[in-house]
Amino acid sequence: MQKQLIKYVQRLGDNALILGQRLGEWCGHGPVLEQDIALTNIALDTLGQARLYFQYVAELKGENQTEDDVAFLREEREYTNLLLLEQKNKDWAYTLVRQFLFDVFSFHNLKGLLESSDSTLKAIAARAIKEVKYHKKFSSEWMIRLGDGTDVSHKKVQTALNDLWIFTGEMFKPTEDEDLIAKMGIGTSCEEIQPLWDLEVNEILAEATLQRPDDTFMRYGGKKGQHSELMGFILADLQYMQRTYPGLQW
Amino acid sequence: MHAGSLHAADPQMAMENARDVYTRRMEGVSIWVVESQHMHASKPEESEAMFDPADDKIYRHPTFYKIPDDVKHMKPCRNS
Repeated sequence: MQKQLIKYVQRLGDNALILGQRLGEWCGHGPVLEQDIALTNIALDTLGQARLYFQYVAELKGENQTEDDVAFLREEREYTNLLLLEQKNKDWAYTLVRQFLFDVFSFHNLKGLLESSDSTLKAIAARAIKEVKYHKKFSSEWMIRLGDGTDVSHKKVQTALNDLWIFTGEMFKPTEDEDLIAKMGIGTSCEEIQPLWDLEVNEILAEATLQRPDDTFMRYGGKKGQHSELMGFILADLQYMQRTYPGLQW
Repeated sequence: MHAGSLHAADPQMAMENARDVYTRRMEGVSIWVVESQHMHASKPEESEAMFDPADDKIYRHPTFYKIPDDVKHMKPCRNS
C-alpha cells in the first residue's frame, strides 16, 4: 500500500511541478505586465503545491530523501504527470486552454481530497483548493473573453482547444495505484470527477461560443511515465542545476 | 489603503490584475476598481493650496490622543 500511496502523491506533485515549470517560462515574456505577473503568481502557487506533495513523498520514502531529490533527481520515465501539462506554451490561447482544462479537473480532484482519510493529503488539499479556485476563475474568464472576443481570438482559442483536447481523456483513466488508493478512501476516483468536469467545461465553452471537440481519439501515457519528446527538454532545464552542482542549496 | 493603476480590458480582468499585482504581500482584504475616465483627481500643482493649510492646525492631528487600553489593534503614535 505504501508503494501505491507514494506513486499517487508523486503524480499529484509531478502534475504541479511540470505545469509550474511551463508557466514559469512565461516569466518576463507576458503580453502585458499585469498578465505576466498573473501567470507567474499561478506558477508560484503551483510550485508551492508541488513542494508540499514532494515533502510528503520524501517522508514516505524515508532513507533521508528530500523534496529536492524527488523533484530533480528522477529519470524521465519516473515522472508521471499528465501529457497535457508538458505541452508547449505556444501562445496565450494554448497556455490558457491548457490551464483551464486542468484547473477544472484539479479543482474537483482537490475537493475530493478534502475528504481524504489521509490527514496530510487532506491538509494539502485544504490549502491548494483556495489557490486552484482562483486559477479556475482566471482561466475560465479568459476562455470566455477570447472565445467570445474577436474573430482572431476566437479562432486562436478554438484551435488550441482542438489541439489539446486529445490529452483530456488521460485525466479520467485511472491507473492501478489510483484505483487502489481511491478504494481505500485516501484518493479520489477520476472516473467520478469526469461528469463534474464535463458539466463545468461544457458550460464555459457554451458561454465562450466555443465548439467542444469530439472525443474520438485520446492520447495516454504520461501517467505511466511514457512521455512525449517535449519532456526531455523540460527536464533538461529543470534538472540542470542539481545535476551540475549536486546538493546545491539556495 | 493601497492605490495603484493598471491596464485591463474589462472589470473582471481589472479585479484580477489588481489582486495579482497589488495584494501579493498580504495587503488585500477588499478590492475596488474604477475606470480612469471616471476619476477626478486633484492637480499636483495645487497640492500646496490643497493640503499645506492642515499642517498649521496641529490641534486637529490625531497624534495627541492616548489610546485606551481596550483598543487592541492600534499602535500608539510616535508623539503621544
